[in-house]
Formats: sequence, C-alpha cells, structure tokens
Amino acid sequence: MTATEWLPFTVCAAALIGLGLYGLVTQPLLLRRVIAFNVIGSGIFLLFGALSGSESAGTDSVPQAMIITGIVVALSATALALALVVAHAREGGRDP
Amino acid sequence: MSLPITALVLCLTLPLLGAIATVAAPRHATPLVTSVAGLMVAVTIGLTSHVAIHGPVVVALGEWAPPLGIQIMADGPAVLFLLVNALVMAAVVLFSLAPIGQPGPRSRLAQTFWPLLLLLWGALNAIFVSRDLFNLYVGLELASLAAVALVAIERKRDTLNAALRYLLFALTGSLLYLLGVVLIYAGHGTLDITLLAGELGMHPTDALAIGAMTAGLAAKTALFPFHVWLPPAHAGAPAPASAVLSALVPKASLYIALRLWLEAAPGAGDAIAVNVLGWLGALAVVHGSIMALRQERLKLVIAYSTVAQIGYLFLVFPLALGAAGAAGSGVADSAWNGTLFQALSHALAKAALFLCAGLILEAAGHDRIARLAGVAQALPVTLFAFGLAAITLMGLPPSGGFMAKYLLVTASLEGGVPGWGLIVLAGGLLAAAYLYRPMASAFRHPDQESAAPFTTVAAWRQAIPLGLAIASLALGILPAVPHELMGGMP
Repeated sequence: MTATEWLPFTVCAAALIGLGLYGLVTQPLLLRRVIAFNVIGSGIFLLFGALSGSESAGTDSVPQAMIITGIVVALSATALALALVVAHAREGGRDP
Repeated sequence: MSLPITALVLCLTLPLLGAIATVAAPRHATPLVTSVAGLMVAVTIGLTSHVAIHGPVVVALGEWAPPLGIQIMADGPAVLFLLVNALVMAAVVLFSLAPIGQPGPRSRLAQTFWPLLLLLWGALNAIFVSRDLFNLYVGLELASLAAVALVAIERKRDTLNAALRYLLFALTGSLLYLLGVVLIYAGHGTLDITLLAGELGMHPTDALAIGAMTAGLAAKTALFPFHVWLPPAHAGAPAPASAVLSALVPKASLYIALRLWLEAAPGAGDAIAVNVLGWLGALAVVHGSIMALRQERLKLVIAYSTVAQIGYLFLVFPLALGAAGAAGSGVADSAWNGTLFQALSHALAKAALFLCAGLILEAAGHDRIARLAGVAQALPVTLFAFGLAAITLMGLPPSGGFMAKYLLVTASLEGGVPGWGLIVLAGGLLAAAYLYRPMASAFRHPDQESAAPFTTVAAWRQAIPLGLAIASLALGILPAVPHELMGGMP
C-alpha cells in the first residue's frame, strides 16, 4: 500500500481514539462512557489494520486474527458494562 | 506430552474447566470447586519444584514457534506467582465453603462467586506464563472482567457504584495497553517478549507505545494518581473476594509492566520516565499510608494499605533502570528480587488480612475500628494471624516483607540513591502506625454496659488466614529457594 492509501485510515483512527478518549473523560452519563469506550476500541482496531497494511506488500493475517480477538474481548467487556449499568439503574443509583 | 508440560497446560485449563463445570452443575459446586483447588495446588507445587530443579518449561502452542505462534513459558518468577496465586485462591475457596448467615441467597452467591473465582484464577495464571504481548492483553482483560464482576457480586448500590468506577478505569487501561501493542506490532512485526528483547526502543513509535502501555498498566495496578477506584472496590466486595482482588489482581498488571520494562525494553527507559514512575510509587506509599491512618473502617484501612504497598513495587524502575542500575548488575538484581519478594509476600499477607477482616465482620457484625473492643478475646487465632500478617506488611524480620525491604534498601544504598531507601523505611513506620490502631482497639477490654455479643466463628476458618500469614513469614525465614528462582534481573 502507498502512503496515500493507508494515511486516511490512520488519520481516521487517530481521530476516533481522540474523540473516544475525550468522551470517556468528559461525558457524565454512564451509557455514553460505554459508547466512548467502543469508539476508542474501533479506532484502535482501524489503526491496527491500517498500520499492518502499510508495512507488508500483501495482507498480514496476524493483525486480522488479533483484531477479531480484540473485537470479541471488547464485546464481552461492553456486555458486562451494560449489565452493570442496568443493575445500577435498577438499584436507583445515579451516575457517578 | 511430558509431565511438566502437562502440568503447565493444566495450570491454564483446569480452572477454566472447573468454572464451566460449576456453572453447568451448581448442585455439585462444592466438591467440584474443592477438588479443582486441591488439584491446582498439587499441580503448581509439582511445576514449581520441577522448575526449581530443571529450569524453565517452555511450550510453543501447536508447535508453532514465534513470531507466528504463541509461546508460554514457566520460568522462576512465573512459577512463584503461580504458586502464590494457587495458595491464596485455595485459601479463599476453603474460606467461602461455610454457609454464612441465611443459607438460601448465600449459597446462590457462592455459586456465582466460585465460577468467577476460577475464571480469575485461570486468567491470572495465563498472564503469569504468557510471553506474547497480545496474549497478555487477553489475559489482562479476562482478569479485569472477572474482578469487576466479583466486586459487583452483592448487587448493592454502593458496590455497583464501585464496580462501575473500577470498570471504567480497567477498560481505559486495557485500551491504552492495546494501543501500545498495536504500535509495537506495526514497528517490529512481532509481539513475543523474547524476540522483542533489545529491539524495543529502536523504532520511533516505541516511546509512545511503551508510554501508553505503562499508563494503562499503572491505572490497572492502582498506582498513585489512578488509585481512586481501589479502596471502594476492594472494601465493598465480600471478604473472600477482597482478599483475591487486593492480593493478586494488581500484581498481574504489575507483572506485565515488569516484563515489558525490564525484559523486553531494558534500554528503552530514559532517566526521566523511570524517575517519574519511582516518584509516583513514593507518593503512593505516603498518600496510601496517611489515608489508611485516617479510615474509620477496618476493611478501608486494609484497602488503603494496598495502595501504599503497591507504591514500593514501582521503586524497581528507578532502582533497576535508573542511576542505581547503572552502578552495576548486582544493584539491579537486588531491586528486581526485592520487588518480587514484596509482590509475593504482600499477596499472602494482604489475603490473610482481608480474611481476618471478614471473620471480624462476621463475629462483630461491623468493622468500625472504634467499636472493636473485645474482639481479641472472642477471636484470638484471627488476631494472631492479623498480627503475623502485619509483621510482613511493616517489613519486620523474619518475614517476606523484611526480605523485600532489605533488598530494596540495599539496592538504593549501593546504587548511590539513598532517597528511595528512605521511602521504603518511612513506609514501614507508617504501616506500623496504621496497623497498630485496629490491633490496639481489638485488644481493649469492652466496657461492661456497652459490651456487644460476638458470634462464634469455627476454628478451622480462623486457621485459614493464619496459614496464609505463616506462609508470608516463611518467605522470609526460608528465602533461599524463592531467591534462587527469581534469579535476578532478566
């Protein structure tokens, strides 16, 4: 891949990570923080794909496997986070 | 497969199989969990003695060698952590066997508690033997999710609050770590620690990668400015869960940071970065101890003590990599061994303290320090265990904590940076101060009119924290074998 091909992906990924971090720090609502966490995760996976494409000529399968594993891990983390948010709301707790 | 390799694979698979079996057959949970715990202790002791005699056990999974495959390795430090993990986990399993209070909801609690505990056990073991940065990420995430669920297990509003805060810190930490993994893979094309050794630090993005990973790991280890999630989470969880959370879970992320800085990137840490980590550790010692002195509740004292004790562990970075490390490999070896002694003896002692606090909470119905008068008469064995564990945390001889502090202070003196040694000594004095308060309160005689009745606690349950406390002392009485296994700076 040439720089003009992978650079837009890298810039997008960096923007997603930055936006997500900003949201995670500034958003008071728990649900929005969980979404912010997922935005950061997407940014990191996009960065992983873009950077691995920039190095080698063909497609490197190792980052693909890692991205899929990472998505599964992020999914389970999101599920636990949502379950906690729901339990927290049921107990009448306010957002910390 | 040869026997040691089978033992290593069992260390990873047995807890996970046990967790699945416990979920599938909750009626048989008790015999299942106890047999898994017993087997695991036996397997870990066997593996440890094999590694002590014959050296590290290495398995390339599926016979694929790195960089394509993933390698797991049980070297000296890894088996020591596996062993301490097994001892603490087995003690916690035994401790939670007794049906406390009303049988109905409590047994359901035990049935959700045990699968999570076994899951955490497997995840921590996976971290201790992994040699691949991405594999470490998966283990770290599994451990965090199980730990957060353990905090929230009672589903009370306060503990849910604490669990959510813990989750946000833990998830942010993992994401930062993952970002570092991505950058390292892009720069070097491999994530195996052995292959990365010496390479890390060459590529321009490595500084960013290591910085992000260290920040993430520090948040998960509860290093000073990121420690705010720890006290409510650890004090809010049920006592056996707090024991595991405080003793073992922060050690896992610290262990990864040690592998990353000292093994994969020994040359990459510049003087400013390692001193910043050391300063944060020193601030953690002072801040955690002062906060522990000011707490009203016993469990909070013990939780803040964890913040302080974690501070010592970060002194390894300036001692082994900074000015002291330049003084010679002997200094770096002392710093590395001292840090491992501190991590292991703190794990045993802190688990013992939290189990003692659980017993006191059961007997007295509360854990307010001001109202503990008479506990020493009601629970003499528990108080004895509390005292022994406190000796380790203060760093008095003969204990594992003393070995740790002796080695750290030696490293700081020989390396020409006595300031770090002073922090270690000051931390010991502060620990004596904050652990003296609950002891003094417990040994007071209750007033005749205000004397509250104590529920009796079975003697065998009081013996469990005593066993852990004795193990933490044994590290200091017989330090030769663990010292041999640690082997100095990698």
